[in-house]
Amino acid sequence: MSDRILGLVGLVVAALYVWQATLIEESFITDVVGPKTFPIILAILMAATSLYFILRPDKGPEWPTGARLFELLMAIAVLVLYALYLPQVGFVIATAIAAGYLTWRLGSRPLASLLIGIATALGIWVVFKLILGLSLAEGPFGF
Amino acid sequence: MDTLASLADGFVIALTFENLALALIGCALGSIMGALPGLGPANGVAILIPLAFTMGLAPTPALILLTSVYYGCMYGGRISSILLNIPGDEPAMMTCLDGHPMAKKGEAGLALSLSGVASFVGAFFATVGLVLLAPQLVRVALLFGPAEYFALFTLAFATLGGIASTNQAKAAFAAALGLMIAMVGVDTQTGVPRFTLGEVHLYDGIDFLVVIVGLFALSEVLVFLEERHGKADLHEPPKIGRVVPPLSILARCTPTMIRGTVLGFLSGVLPGAGASLGSFISYSLEKRLVDPKGRTFGKGDPRGVAAPEAGNNAAAGGALVPMLALGVPGSGTTAVLLAVLLAMNITPGPLLFQQNPDVVWGLIAALFIGNFMLLIMNIPMVSLFARVLLVPPRILMPVVAMISFVGVYGISGSSFDLIVMVAFGVLGWLLRKVDVPLVPVVLGVLLGNEMEVNLRRAMTISDGDWSTLVGSPLAIGLWTVAFVGFVLPILFGRVLKRRMRRRMDEEGAVID
Repeated sequence: MSDRILGLVGLVVAALYVWQATLIEESFITDVVGPKTFPIILAILMAATSLYFILRPDKGPEWPTGARLFELLMAIAVLVLYALYLPQVGFVIATAIAAGYLTWRLGSRPLASLLIGIATALGIWVVFKLILGLSLAEGPFGF
Repeated sequence: MDTLASLADGFVIALTFENLALALIGCALGSIMGALPGLGPANGVAILIPLAFTMGLAPTPALILLTSVYYGCMYGGRISSILLNIPGDEPAMMTCLDGHPMAKKGEAGLALSLSGVASFVGAFFATVGLVLLAPQLVRVALLFGPAEYFALFTLAFATLGGIASTNQAKAAFAAALGLMIAMVGVDTQTGVPRFTLGEVHLYDGIDFLVVIVGLFALSEVLVFLEERHGKADLHEPPKIGRVVPPLSILARCTPTMIRGTVLGFLSGVLPGAGASLGSFISYSLEKRLVDPKGRTFGKGDPRGVAAPEAGNNAAAGGALVPMLALGVPGSGTTAVLLAVLLAMNITPGPLLFQQNPDVVWGLIAALFIGNFMLLIMNIPMVSLFARVLLVPPRILMPVVAMISFVGVYGISGSSFDLIVMVAFGVLGWLLRKVDVPLVPVVLGVLLGNEMEVNLRRAMTISDGDWSTLVGSPLAIGLWTVAFVGFVLPILFGRVLKRRMRRRMDEEGAVID
């Protein structure tokens, strides 16, 4: 079943890709092949393999359900929020929260998670900012 | 003699303080990453590329650092195979079979030191093989025109999927997906934007470093989060004991190591096979040769440790041959190393040896030096690295995730790239669930533009005649190999893969 869905998604992506390819504006200087041909060949390849998945699907994997799915979605949400607000919040605070959340969900106790999160953030900050001199997100407090 | 002179120049470059220090750091980091289950060479190197890039390292030092990490991982992977019966990375899988039984018998120190020596033999002679073989391959590659290059890239995709997946259609799907991602951005030939959906951030294309870190490193974190139940914490590793292998055992294993090295190197050079196949073939053939009835293998035979370790380290060196000489990587990790070259604006392939001999030979010399460093780290100091296994993954995995963000943020300083990276992390997790291999995706993203440019160049030369793609004996040869490489695994790949899996199952729950 999973493979059939993969195949359907592949077909849709390939179709959208071809549609987008036909919208590419050709410039007046162009080569024989042009900017559209190779992408269209690729989309055809994807469509062909997708058809194969629909016709001859493999046995599907076990998808997480219920609590586990929620767990994953929450983790992804935390990562997305981290990506969005990192520049505003600053590296150390954002990282302490994200790392603390992840280690908590991976089985650390709540108080330990807080400490591990802060230690992770400070550790990375010291190594990469102070020692290696990379620019990390600064935020309102400069760290 | 030319080769020796170039190599001598390489040593002059490698023996500077900066490069020696980077090799040392790389070897140590690599051994640690290899030892930790869940952090293999491909994602280890992937996390470090953006860091090396933002630290402003020059191409040669950056390559020395990252290739040392790669070699180090190959050494380090055996540590957790032997002590915990959990392979530290995929190529170290076969080392579990005899390594862990040895550790149970109280011979952990012997297994570790012997496999350290075997790793050294494999890696050292593979590097010698690299020195000898790569310049020869370059000579052939200089005959390549655009049509041949297009065929060569196709060959890489055709063979790379073979071992990585049980289903060739999925490998092809992955390659198409990667190439399609590479098409996003302004067309290099005509300057028109493609597939950007009007988003200005996408005009430069999607940064392949962001894709690689997302697909490899971040998806690993998600996989771990999903599977954490029951194995979040590792058990105490057994006592290591004496770490000097007796000469009698070394002598008994010497032929084994030589055979493992040769087999491993050859399977590394073949595009697509990589280190996992190298160690599998070395182990299986060694078993068939010296212990056909299965009396001692699988129960802690030292030769069963030496063979796969010599094999996977030799394959790691062998895989560098096509990467450096042709610009076509032979495995997942070398694909990531290719990304380093591209990020540094160095075009890999035959011209690399002419235009940047300092990069190539400096790297090779550094590998020789790194091997000796690794030998010291992995025999007398192995207990130090084994201690890393005590760090629980619940602390480690968040650190991995956060360092991935640091690297990617360092490249561009924009939230947009971070979001793209998370998206690729989720995509990587989904693809892994449905058994679509990630390596062809990455290779597609890396090689896509080069592949299209060569196609269009070939067509421009022939004035639109598509038959030019099969217009020379060399091109026809490459297409034939590509075809065979794609079809052969359909016939034999399943059997091989199934055997690899079954061998692991027979040994009883590896991940218990």
